[in-house]
Amino acid sequence: MSFLGSFAGTYNYAIYIVLMMVGFYGVIAKKNLIKQALGLGLFATGIFLYYISIGVYKGGTAPVWTIIDEVGVLKNPGPYDNPLSHVLILTAIVVSVSTLAVALALIVNIQRAYGTIEEDEIRAIEAGEHPEEEEVA
Amino acid sequence: MNAIDFNLPALIVIVPLFGGLLSVLIGTLFGPRRDLSWGFAVLVAWTTLALVVRLVAAVVDSASGAVVYNLGSWPGPWGIEYRVDYLNAFVLLVVSGIGAATIFYGRHSVDDEIPKDRSHIFYGVWLLCLTGLLGITVTGDTFNIYVLLEITSLTSYALIAMGKDRDRRALLASLRYLILGSIGASFILLGIGYLLMLTGTLNMADMHTTLMALPNLAENRTVQVAFAFLLVGLSLKMALFPLHMWLPGAYTHAPSAISAFLASTATKVGVYMAFRFLYTIFGRHYSIDVLPGHLVLLGCAAFAIVIPNISAIRQTEVKRLLAFSSAGQIGYMVMGFSLANEAGMTGSIVHLFNHAAMKGGMFLAIGAVIYRLGSGRVEDLKGLGMRMPWTMAAFSLGGLGLIGFPMTAGFISKWYLIKGCLQAGYWPLAVLVLFASLLAVIYVWKLLERIWFMEPDESTAHVAEAPPTMLISTWALILTSIYFGVHADFTVGMAQKAAAYLLQVTP
Repeated sequence: MSFLGSFAGTYNYAIYIVLMMVGFYGVIAKKNLIKQALGLGLFATGIFLYYISIGVYKGGTAPVWTIIDEVGVLKNPGPYDNPLSHVLILTAIVVSVSTLAVALALIVNIQRAYGTIEEDEIRAIEAGEHPEEEEVA
Repeated sequence: MNAIDFNLPALIVIVPLFGGLLSVLIGTLFGPRRDLSWGFAVLVAWTTLALVVRLVAAVVDSASGAVVYNLGSWPGPWGIEYRVDYLNAFVLLVVSGIGAATIFYGRHSVDDEIPKDRSHIFYGVWLLCLTGLLGITVTGDTFNIYVLLEITSLTSYALIAMGKDRDRRALLASLRYLILGSIGASFILLGIGYLLMLTGTLNMADMHTTLMALPNLAENRTVQVAFAFLLVGLSLKMALFPLHMWLPGAYTHAPSAISAFLASTATKVGVYMAFRFLYTIFGRHYSIDVLPGHLVLLGCAAFAIVIPNISAIRQTEVKRLLAFSSAGQIGYMVMGFSLANEAGMTGSIVHLFNHAAMKGGMFLAIGAVIYRLGSGRVEDLKGLGMRMPWTMAAFSLGGLGLIGFPMTAGFISKWYLIKGCLQAGYWPLAVLVLFASLLAVIYVWKLLERIWFMEPDESTAHVAEAPPTMLISTWALILTSIYFGVHADFTVGMAQKAAAYLLQVTP
């Protein structure tokens, strides 16, 4: 298969990698703690896309979908998507939302304790207070 | 077989789970009364420990060496299967034992460090964290591992952040742990996803069978990607060098009882997961013979037993020193199971138990110092042997264990580890283990010298011995480590059976 052809079949995997890396960049490079938390959220979103993609069957339908023809007979709707990975990712979405909530709660507390949510400013404050120790964050 | 014995594997998760929720409810109904919250949490933790002991007895008695439990009676691989063999029975014992000891210890320490109106929530979250750790250990389903891992992680972020009233750096340490921990868990989730894509199952045993049946397993790139994601994710979770940087801050600034609890359980359960993924899911054949995954781990472990131990020597805060030492000790455990021979794996599993007891006891002892003194810097230990002899005696015995002094538990694990290194033909690693013990001598001596051989300051004249609940827990852990250093039959026996089981089950 040509490169373009294989890309057409797997582009959602490419997007998942890109999304994850954009999020990862945010976590590593941004100094603002809120932006880091958002990066973490984006990172997780990439994984959601991956899990949803692996359950998809070409031409498949939802597993609850049934077709009743004009005389009222239940017809086989054909192949359906694998619901397992979709169900799993519902759980992972809940987990990711909770993680983000805990992160934001921590950031609110950091703002109260330090008066800033910029990582370099916090480091400067800590370096002034505990000069003999290596930095925490 | 009665109903309790039949449902033991499920009960050890359900009891602390509902205990945690009830703790919050009781606190809300009866008002925040500290002794009530503490008493209830102790009751739940001790009940859990009793159930675990029964479960371990059942595993030892069983003919197959494993107790299998199907949740909701759905048989695996369709339903969720709890499978307890020698390895997780042993880890369950460690986790629930440490949980019971540290929660009992918490009475004064938590009163001191946590605001009065939060204590019932604090104990509730603590019990949920215990639930997560026990759940990871007991389950035979990979996605279950991920969900329970996140329950453990989320609760431990909250517990660590509760140290903020003593030191606001707890918040930063917790956030740092949250970010790295979530990335680690995401990698584990991705690794599980790749395996699911390939095998269509989440059950560990079924996954292994399907993987082994793949026609081109050695070249299959999906398996390799899954392996890589899992290796990095697990290394983050067990704080293996160079991915250990979240650990010192988190353990230093957490409330004292939580430091002890997490230091002796969270990373140990990480090591347990690595055992499961390497030996039960991928199997010895794949992770050792096909992919040289163990060489990567051995390399990291070799650095891990040296570099964090050197960092430990330079620390000025006792808890941070102990935390760096923990990161070093993880290296021993990883080295043991990466050797892939019975002696090395026995050493690794035994050390998991021994280190949990020793380091847990030491963290509890230093927590008592912080309770009495208000700070835990290395300088503050000066002459404390006179002021708090019992606490400091326990602390010193734990320190000797860290070095691997004969008659302590640390000696037993290092003995097997070195034996494993030599059997595998890696004699330089055996030398490195001895060298790392010398590093431990340096930082332990630095503490012991101040405790016993320096005159106490006048400013510490008011300092009295720790309260009895603290002393009982501390000594319970330290005496455990001494007892199993002298009579190692039980721990080594369990570990050898676990090692043999893992090496034989996986062709």
